[in-house]
Amino acid sequence: MNIKVKDHNLIIGGVILMFLLFIMGVSFFYLPHSVTEINTKLKLSPPNFSYLLGTDNFGRDILSRLMKGSQTAFLVGIISVGIGSSMGVLLGAISGYFGGKIDEFIMRITDAMMAFPGILFALMFISVFGVGIENTMIAIGIMSIPTFARITRSGFLREKELEYIKAARVRGASNFRIIYHHILPNVLSPIIVAATMSFSNAILAEAALSYLGLGVQAPNPSWGRMLSESQMYFMIAPWYTLAPGIMISLTVLSLNMLGDFLREHQKR
Amino acid sequence: MIYFIKKISIMTFTLFLVSIISFSVFQIIPGDPALSKLGIEASQEQIDILRTELMLDKPASIQYFYWIKNILKGDLGESIRFSRPIKELIGERIGVTLSLGVYAILIAVAIGIPLGILNAKYNNTKFGVCLSIFSQAGLAIPEFWLGIIFLIVFGIIFKFFSLKYISFGDDPISHIRILTLPAFALAISRISVVARHMKNIILEEEEKDYVRTAYSKGLSMNKIYVFHILQNALVPTITIIGMLTAGVLGGAIVVEQVFNLPGIGTLLINGVTTRDIPLVQVIITYIASVVVIINFLIDILYKIIDPRISI
Repeated sequence: MNIKVKDHNLIIGGVILMFLLFIMGVSFFYLPHSVTEINTKLKLSPPNFSYLLGTDNFGRDILSRLMKGSQTAFLVGIISVGIGSSMGVLLGAISGYFGGKIDEFIMRITDAMMAFPGILFALMFISVFGVGIENTMIAIGIMSIPTFARITRSGFLREKELEYIKAARVRGASNFRIIYHHILPNVLSPIIVAATMSFSNAILAEAALSYLGLGVQAPNPSWGRMLSESQMYFMIAPWYTLAPGIMISLTVLSLNMLGDFLREHQKR
Repeated sequence: MIYFIKKISIMTFTLFLVSIISFSVFQIIPGDPALSKLGIEASQEQIDILRTELMLDKPASIQYFYWIKNILKGDLGESIRFSRPIKELIGERIGVTLSLGVYAILIAVAIGIPLGILNAKYNNTKFGVCLSIFSQAGLAIPEFWLGIIFLIVFGIIFKFFSLKYISFGDDPISHIRILTLPAFALAISRISVVARHMKNIILEEEEKDYVRTAYSKGLSMNKIYVFHILQNALVPTITIIGMLTAGVLGGAIVVEQVFNLPGIGTLLINGVTTRDIPLVQVIITYIASVVVIINFLIDILYKIIDPRISI
């Protein structure tokens, strides 16, 4: 084995993520069985050649549902990180660049938002706007805004004092130009690390909400929902509970490892 | 002294913002709360009376003022679903959530700190890589999934733990035994958080001059660890407890659901599914306030232990 010990995060995380992305890619074109078709004769059958991971309590193929569920998980990740990062970076940039009262104001609000444990914020949002995948994504997105805002802000605070910004200002560049073309590209790497971590947090949060019955609604497959449906049948069909949990853990693990790799890579 | 005043004023302001957030989010709910409480059959007169009673005819700022005034007086309102004062409902259940949270944090710190020290000591060796992969895995496993597996393996198959809830007052030892499984489920990812944090602190300390001085004085690395690095590294770990609080309280909401514990989380989920808005609003404000206050106390404690800290 000629692998550098330091890079185990990249290799393990990368391989797992590639595998998961491959499964998700395939699921758009091909699923072994229908994800919603109910077949009570086959219910809770153990893994076999036709149903590689067995079937659930309605006789639906677990593998197909897992594959389809990966679409949900990645969709939630992408949309919520999109919401969180765009809003967070915008607020953080304003806060760090302009400073003063507006900075104080934005930072106090993010402080207050951070007092709400993530899932609590999502629950609050869902109890107001109702249950559903769209609201889940928005809620998870909003709750990641403070993280992005803080990271962007600290980057901006550091960069704005540097010579090249003064030079740009002397040349007559507008605030927008300085923020967007000069500072932002230089503070992007911690933001990317935060995005990787938020992505995995979003997947965990979606799973938790769906597990509570407040996220993705039946009959659409979601890993969290599959877990809550499978819980009752663990004694007769343990594969049903194990499969979605392993998928969630692998996805989160691979993203966290890549995030760690990126973080360490920055330091060097 | 100025430090304390500044911290207290920041905390008060954060609490104020927390209350504003939880108040205003629930203002967005479409529909008339008076109408939904009375049903469609209610006459306009009844609705008007209730609207005045609930102060829905006043502007939002005045409604907020009355809401917060009542909360500060200790009147948390009444739950729609249970038709009982929310204060009673919370009072009955807060104990479970608090013992679960404290238990989980204790486990996380007790296992996480030694693990972090080991991980720092064997950093960049095969053993260290294995440890960090394990702590990565700990972070990735959803606590409720782990909870389900614990519940089934230790609770149902091996019957190590009884599953029927017993309160602390009735039998403290059984109470702790029952909370062991959920506390471990909640603690696993926090063990990783503590271990990783600890490792980073130690690795930072290792670079410092006093370590080099001690080493050149002829002390063995083990001695330097025990007498120098750890003493300096343990102080920042207090802040970890503050960092964990929000996560543990959030996680407890889901874990309570898995183990069917009668805590705040179960009450909250019940409120969300039955759209019991007053209940949800109060619980959310309550939990967020607890997080703010605990973080404030930890800041103060940290300052007392290490007077060099400034804002």
